[in-house]
Amino acid sequence: MSLAKSPWIIHVNVNSCNGCDIEVVACLTPLYDAERFGVLNIGTPKQADIMVVTGSVNYKNVNVLKNLYNQIPDPKVVLAVGACASTGGIFHDCYNVVGGVDQVIPVDAYVPGCCPRPEAILDGVVAALSILENKKKGNIKGKEVKLKGNEVPSNA
Amino acid sequence: MNTNDILLAVLVLIGAPIIGCIASGIDRKITARLQGRVGPPLLQPYYDVKKLLSKDNMVVNPSQNFYVVVYLVFIVLSLLMLVFKQDFLMIIFVYTVASIALIVGGMSTGSPYARIGSSREIMAILSYEPVLILYALAIYLLTGTFKLSAVVDASSPLLVYTPLIFIAMIVVLNIKLKKSPFDYSTSHHGHQELVKGMTTEYGGPGFATIEIAHFYEYVFLTGLIFLFWASNPIIGVLLGIIAYLLIIVIDNITARVYWQWMLKLSWSVLLIISIVNIAFLYVSGVQLA
Ligand code: SF4
Repeated sequence: MSLAKSPWIIHVNVNSCNGCDIEVVACLTPLYDAERFGVLNIGTPKQADIMVVTGSVNYKNVNVLKNLYNQIPDPKVVLAVGACASTGGIFHDCYNVVGGVDQVIPVDAYVPGCCPRPEAILDGVVAALSILENKKKGNIKGKEVKLKGNEVPSNA
Repeated sequence: MNTNDILLAVLVLIGAPIIGCIASGIDRKITARLQGRVGPPLLQPYYDVKKLLSKDNMVVNPSQNFYVVVYLVFIVLSLLMLVFKQDFLMIIFVYTVASIALIVGGMSTGSPYARIGSSREIMAILSYEPVLILYALAIYLLTGTFKLSAVVDASSPLLVYTPLIFIAMIVVLNIKLKKSPFDYSTSHHGHQELVKGMTTEYGGPGFATIEIAHFYEYVFLTGLIFLFWASNPIIGVLLGIIAYLLIIVIDNITARVYWQWMLKLSWSVLLIISIVNIAFLYVSGVQLA
């Protein structure tokens, strides 16, 4: 139960239009008060449990995302917030966009919407908590994702 | 050492982190209320520590683990020395070793954030250490010894003769608890921030050790305030609690400033009022009865 009582999140912005980001930040304001669930927005991946990703991944930041994912100690879950992070959203057919976050790292929960409301994001965090507990019980480790060299779009 | 002493030591080892944990929870609760939020449960720091202990320990450098253990051990040692009324000068030195261990731990990771945090913590030590030494000097002038037993056994309180040093010590408490406006070396937990200074590269059990050491440190630092009215333990404890609440309020109504400002404040205002107090003690030659 201890994991569910103090979920610390790290917020990663990969190519987001900033719409989802301000909604994530809104969760932390006194109005929504995520801290009453023990949620803290931690700046360093080494202390985080939940990775909140916003925006579609592009070729420039693929390695950044993988690197941050590898630095989070187990057990960990990834929460894709917004249409972009889930599928690529309105940017899905841009020439530099890889697609949703799940193209690069394993995603455990999705929060759809463009942009999702802070309540929905908090719901997503709470959903991620039960996954986190299950991972803890089953001792499920996150996959180590390999960094690649300078990735280039396959159609370039 | 008789059985009573051993019992007291065990009591301190178990009781101090519990008190520290609740104090830290109260801090987060009050901070939340001042911002118009509900805030986390009172035992949130305990849940945090429990969770951190159950996670993977990821370190950049294996010696990081050693430094946090040194930090914890020396904090506990200084608290025990305080409880057993040992030499005050020695307590300050032991406490400094603990702070240095954390700084070296941060430096050893090579992360630029940890390095900046560590060098800022050195500035903090530079600014509060002279005040602590002057506090020790005041105790010496008043009792003729650095031993704390003389202060505790005296019938009149220390505060009557050292009001200016008391004010300086409140600021030192603020610097040492790393509350704003002096929280440059590591941002405190209730505050959501990007970079956590010295502790950036710690995670899991290593970070939990730092948190537990902080719990001990809370008790140790309020213990230093308690000494000002040690002749009547109830008033002494009240003094400690009031000082702690005051620091939470200061934390919430101030923003972070440059470290240069801290250094200027402590090396001018704090040192001068402490020296004025010492000069008064020296000239008047009062003794703690
Ligand atoms: S989902 Fe919408 S709001 Fe969020 S990053 Fe994409 S375009 Fe912006």
